[in-house]
Parts: sequence; structure tokens; C-alpha cells
Amino acid sequence: MSSSTTTYTQVRPYTRGWLALMASLSAVIVVALGAVLHMEHQGHWVTGMTNQVVWGMPHVFAVFLIVAASGALNVASIGSVFGRREYQPLGRLSALLAVALLAGGLAVLVLDLGRPDRLFVAMTHFNFKSIFAWNVILYSGFMAVVAVYLWTMLDWQAKRFYKPAALAAFVWRLVLTTGTGCIFGFLAAREAYGAAVMAPLFIAMSFAYGLAVFIIVLSVSFKMTRRPMGDELPARLVRLLGLFVAANLYFTALHHVTQLYFAGRGGVEAFILFKGGIHTTLFWVGQVGLGGILPLVIAYGGCGHAARKRAMMASILVVLGGLAQVWVIIIGGQAWPLDLFPGMKASSTFADGHVHDYAPSAWETMLGLGGIAIALVITVVGVSALRLLPAHLGETTNSGCRHN
Amino acid sequence: MKAPTPSLPQASWGRGMATASLPRPWWGRVGVGAFAALLLTIFLVLPASAADLPQWPKARGEACIEASATMRRDHPDMLKHQRDDTLRLGIRGAKASLKECVACHATGSAEGKAVPVNDPGQFCQSCHEYAAVKPDCFECHATTPKAPVKEAAR
Amino acid sequence: MTDLSRRQVILASGAVLIAAPAPFADAAAREAGKPASAAQRWGLLIDTAKCDAQCTVCVDACKAEMGLSGHDRPLTDAQYIRKVNLHDPATGAAHSLPVMCQHCAKPACVDVCPTGASMKRADGIVLVDRHICIGCRYCMMACPYKARSFAHEEQSGQQPHLPRGKGTVEACTLCVHRVDEGRPPACVEACAAKAKGAMLFGDLADPKSEIAQRVAREATTRIRADLGLEPAIRYQGI
Repeated sequence: MSSSTTTYTQVRPYTRGWLALMASLSAVIVVALGAVLHMEHQGHWVTGMTNQVVWGMPHVFAVFLIVAASGALNVASIGSVFGRREYQPLGRLSALLAVALLAGGLAVLVLDLGRPDRLFVAMTHFNFKSIFAWNVILYSGFMAVVAVYLWTMLDWQAKRFYKPAALAAFVWRLVLTTGTGCIFGFLAAREAYGAAVMAPLFIAMSFAYGLAVFIIVLSVSFKMTRRPMGDELPARLVRLLGLFVAANLYFTALHHVTQLYFAGRGGVEAFILFKGGIHTTLFWVGQVGLGGILPLVIAYGGCGHAARKRAMMASILVVLGGLAQVWVIIIGGQAWPLDLFPGMKASSTFADGHVHDYAPSAWETMLGLGGIAIALVITVVGVSALRLLPAHLGETTNSGCRHN
Repeated sequence: MKAPTPSLPQASWGRGMATASLPRPWWGRVGVGAFAALLLTIFLVLPASAADLPQWPKARGEACIEASATMRRDHPDMLKHQRDDTLRLGIRGAKASLKECVACHATGSAEGKAVPVNDPGQFCQSCHEYAAVKPDCFECHATTPKAPVKEAAR
Repeated sequence: MTDLSRRQVILASGAVLIAAPAPFADAAAREAGKPASAAQRWGLLIDTAKCDAQCTVCVDACKAEMGLSGHDRPLTDAQYIRKVNLHDPATGAAHSLPVMCQHCAKPACVDVCPTGASMKRADGIVLVDRHICIGCRYCMMACPYKARSFAHEEQSGQQPHLPRGKGTVEACTLCVHRVDEGRPPACVEACAAKAKGAMLFGDLADPKSEIAQRVAREATTRIRADLGLEPAIRYQGI
């Protein structure tokens, strides 16, 4: 359907650019699947993950993609749940991107399992006390809820389900991201994790990463299909991104300042903030610098570039900073040893008492990149098969469209 | 479904290619027929190359816990049910025990070394190769009655 | 159908033999066909004053009993029990103790396992049901004692009483196969036979057992007791 003011059109497939893009993404996926075959056949000893750092690079990518997925849906929610008309033309792409990113993240997660052939077991045996089990339900349900939501955006005959679907999707994604944050927040055993603030931190992360990825995909797809985009929308989006980045910085600061107040947590905080080598660098330069302060400066006009360019730059920085943040959370949190005997120096043949090293192998990185490629392939196929991308995003979208 | 009328040249590509306009070469039908013939030939020839009926070395015990026909049909269920009883409930000494299967059916090689029970030609593998089923059990379960106690590397 | 199979005769005579008093165990073998009971709570009492820093008898016994063949990769090789050597920088004191799965009453690993593979048996022994373990390693993240290992490669030469395989998580089983036969864990037996007998195994829920009597009259502590997980392994001298 097309509204009187927003025209959505399919991206034409099988053009040279389209084929080149799909070919390169498919190549990445094939390489990733080869890496998976190797890891699964040989066992995880070929990866950098050990009995000490059990979640590594694949999980960094997977968690980033999953968190970004729920945030990508935010754009649609702003248009539908909060009724902001300027965002309504973006709703369809937002929904597709949410599903695509989640699929990519889940693919990486499942393919890294010790027994990925037991996925069916994971889908049929649930321990409802486990937040992980809840996440399995939340992730699969998210796909279904967003599919319904997208349908109500596409089919004018489903118009009466639009608002309920939008609200359901919005609430679902908040619960999902809370669940993802609680995967870490519920772990009382680890000093870097067991904290209630992990859940809102992850929600703030999702807002920032999701919008950043959305801006990148929107901008690149419009450029590649030569669709015009005015300056008003990117200016809005980059300011909103700045707000989300600020929220992320707030919760990060809250987490660390609180930890610093607990005398017992001084060790892990000193590790992350000062003495952790790569983790400290990624925290300050990656997460806070590239992912926090620099995008804030760009968002609120510190540099003189046009809005669209600023939006793109800020988004790329947020993505890089986001990967750094997820690394610091997942790997930095595991690198710090468990403290079985407070106040004592421990040593053993099982790596007690010292910081654990982690060096990602090429296989794990290939798998992670494969997840990104899967997400992008789904996005490209989606915008080519369905009318999801607005024909243009200039001033005319301001006069409102049928989905009020 | 009315096609949108955008002002940009590449933004819409119409309703899609109608199948009526696809080319139909003369060799199309011949190709389909040849393919069907090939499939038929394969299906007729395949049984001749099927594996021999299962043969395995004699077991050590006097008799199995059930008749052969029952075992053949029910052993997956017996094992699957018993595994939960043994592991989760701690019920020992049950009739269906994978450990006992291995203890009875494993053989020794000429040198007296134990032969893994899932080696080709041995008890499990001979039936499973014939039925083209790959059981998962021996990824974890011991394949010989009493594995040699290896000296730890550390 | 009425004939006893040879297996059943052997098992019955074995049970009779085991039921005779044994040097360590307060418990007899559990009868065939009976499930584990919540009336029992198996535990260990470890007197670390008797643990030498260089002694690894318990660790070696465990590796032999469980078929834990190493691959010369200490970062990924499985280890169910390890000796932890402690040094107090404030006082200079040092001591040593074995650490293994603590078989908590409220295990964090059981709470977090998505499929329920990580489970607690009725008598308190915490196990991994490797039939449904998907290898996600979340339990390894959650365990406060770093008790669990992941099988990083294909395994072979398993002991018949302990199946273990690539891609699943494993940990000390408190030698559940021995406990069910009325024998103590391999580490306890080896410590008594070859070292100073620092480890005592028994039923904490049985007031007449030696371990229950000792923990009632002597002071004992548990590692990370503040987490409230109520481990079954008690220590003295840490």
C-alpha cells in the first residue's frame, strides 16, 4: 500500500551493486560457516575461550547484535507508540532491521554452543528459573511479535491492530533487553556483574546501538539506491542518538561509581579502570571516548559538517564504542578472577588468583562477522522483496501519513 | 495491487516478471525426462549396493535382557527412559544399562586389548550402519568395559 | 522370565558384601531400584591443617578415577578438584586446601541452566545431565567456586562410570558412582590411604554419622558462605 504522502518502494534486486553486496556478504557467511565447522569438529580448544574466559568474541558480537536489535525497533516505536509523525515513515525498515539483527545475533550464539545440534533440546526443555531460558522464549517471541507489527504496518486492512501491536512490540523489547541485561546482572558470583543496574544499562545501550545501526543502514541504503533524504531527519536522528549516548554514559558511570564505593569491589574496578591493559584501553578510548564523548560532541553540532554526515560519523563511532563496551562487560568481567578467599593471594593449577588472559582466535572473529553478514543479508532481502524503504525522506513526510 | 507511481526511474520495478514470458526451449522437456530416467535408474540400482545384513561378534553373557526382536525395536526407548532414572533419580541396578550392554558385547582383539564397541563390524556399528543411523551415545559413554586408567598429563 | 539373570545375582551378592561395615562410609550401598533420598545430604569435611602445599594425592586420584586424560593444555583441560595454595599478605601465613564442586544446597549453576541439565539430586549431589547439556557455559559463569570445566575436545578412553564428551560441561560428581555403592569418593579414599587423611566423607543429615558429629562439635567454615548457597563441603583451618 502507499499512503498519500509516504511512498514505499522495493529496492530493485539483481543490479550490479545489489549483486556485489550480496556476493560479499555471502562470502563472509560462507567463511563464518567454515569457521563454525572447524570449531565444532575440533572442539573449542581451537578457540581462545578457556575454562576461565568461557564467553568470548562470538558472544561480544552476539550480545551487541541482540541489544542493537531491540534498539532498532525503537525508531518504529517512537513513531507508533509515541505518535511522532516524523519517524513514522521509518517504521517498516526499523521492524525489519530489528528482526535481522536479532537473527544474526542468535545465529552466532547458537553456532558457538558446545552442542549446537541440541538446539532442539534447548527449545523444548525449559528451566524457568533460568533467565537464559526466559531469553530463549523472549527472543523467539520477539520475532513473532515484530513480524505481526510489520504486518500491521504493511496491510491497511490490519489497521486496527496497529496500535496494540506497536505497544506489544515496545513492551516486549523492553522486557527482552531487561532479560539480556539480567543474564549478567543476576550473577552474584562475579564482582563485575551482580548488580541490578545491568538491566537499565542494557536498555540504554540498546537505545544507542539500535539507533546507530539504524542510521547507518538507512543512510547507506538511501545512498546506494539514490533516494533523496533531507537534512531535517538526520539532524533529528543524530540529536536523538546523542541523548541515548548520554543515557548510556550515565548508567555506565552509575555502575562504576557504585562499585567503587564497595571496598571489596575495589580490585575489579581498579582492573577495569586503570590496570586492565586492553580492557582499560577499550573502556576509556573505545566505550567512553569513541562511543560516548565523541558522538555527543558530533551530535550537538561540535563539528561543522552537514547533518547527514554527522549522523553517519556519530553512528559509526557508537557502533565501535558499543563493541568495546560489550567486550569490557563480557570479557573484562571474566578476566577478573573469582575471589574465593577474600584478602588472600591464591594460586593453583586451575588458574585461581590471577587475571585471565583472552586472545580471540580467527575462528571466533569470523563467526562474529558472519553474524553481522547474516543480519545484513536479511535486511537486503527484506527491502528488496517488500516495500519497506520510503521513496524519499524530505520535507513532505511532515504533513503526516495514514498511520497516525 | 496498483503499482506506485514515483517520479524516480529506479524506485519501482513493476509487478515482477510474469511467468508466461519466460522462455521455453525445446530441450526443456527432454531434460526433465532424462532427469526422471536418471532418478529411476538410481533407485533401481541402489538396493544392490546396500550394506550386508548386520553381523557382529558373539556376546560374552548368556542371554540378553530381552529377546532380540524386542531389543531391536525398543532399545532406544529403554535407554532413554533409564538414563533419566539413573542420573536424575539415582536408581541403580536397572535392567537396561548401557554400561552392561558394553560389558557383554565388547570383544577383545587378538592381543587381548579391548575393542571399542562402536568400531566398524562390532556390535553397535553393524546394525546402525545398516540402518544408516548414527547414535550419539559413544561421544560420551565408554566404548570398552573398563577403559585403561590413563596417567594424567599433569 | 522367572529366572534371575546372571547380572541380577551378581548385583545382589555385591550389595550384600557392600552392606557389611566398611572402613569409611557410614552409608551402605543403596538398594537397586531405589532412588536417591532427600533424607541424606552427602558432604565432606576437610581439615586443611593436614594438607601439605605440595600434596596432590586427591587431585591425582580424581584424574585416574574419572578418566581425565589431560591434553597438555592447562587452560582448557578439565579439572574437577584442585589444590589451592593460599598466602595471606597481611600476616605471611600460608596454607593449602583442595577445592572442588561444593555441592551447594542452593546451587547457582542449577538456577541458571536453561535446559535444566545442571541439576541437584535428591541427596544433594549436584550433577550435569550431559544428555541435555547444550554447552552454553552459563553455569560456568555463574559458579562462584570456578568448579566447572568445559570439554574442549573430543574425549576418548572414558571410564564406564563417568561418561564425558566434547561440548558439554562437567564437574566433580562427589564420585556419585561410588557413593551409590556405599564407597567414599576417590579423593577421600586416596587421602586416607596415601596422605594424612584430611578428608572425611559422610551423610550430614544423619546425626549418627561421624561427619555430622564432628561438624556439630568443631568449628567449620565454608567458602564464600556469605553468598548463602549452603555448600556441603566444610573446611577447617581456612
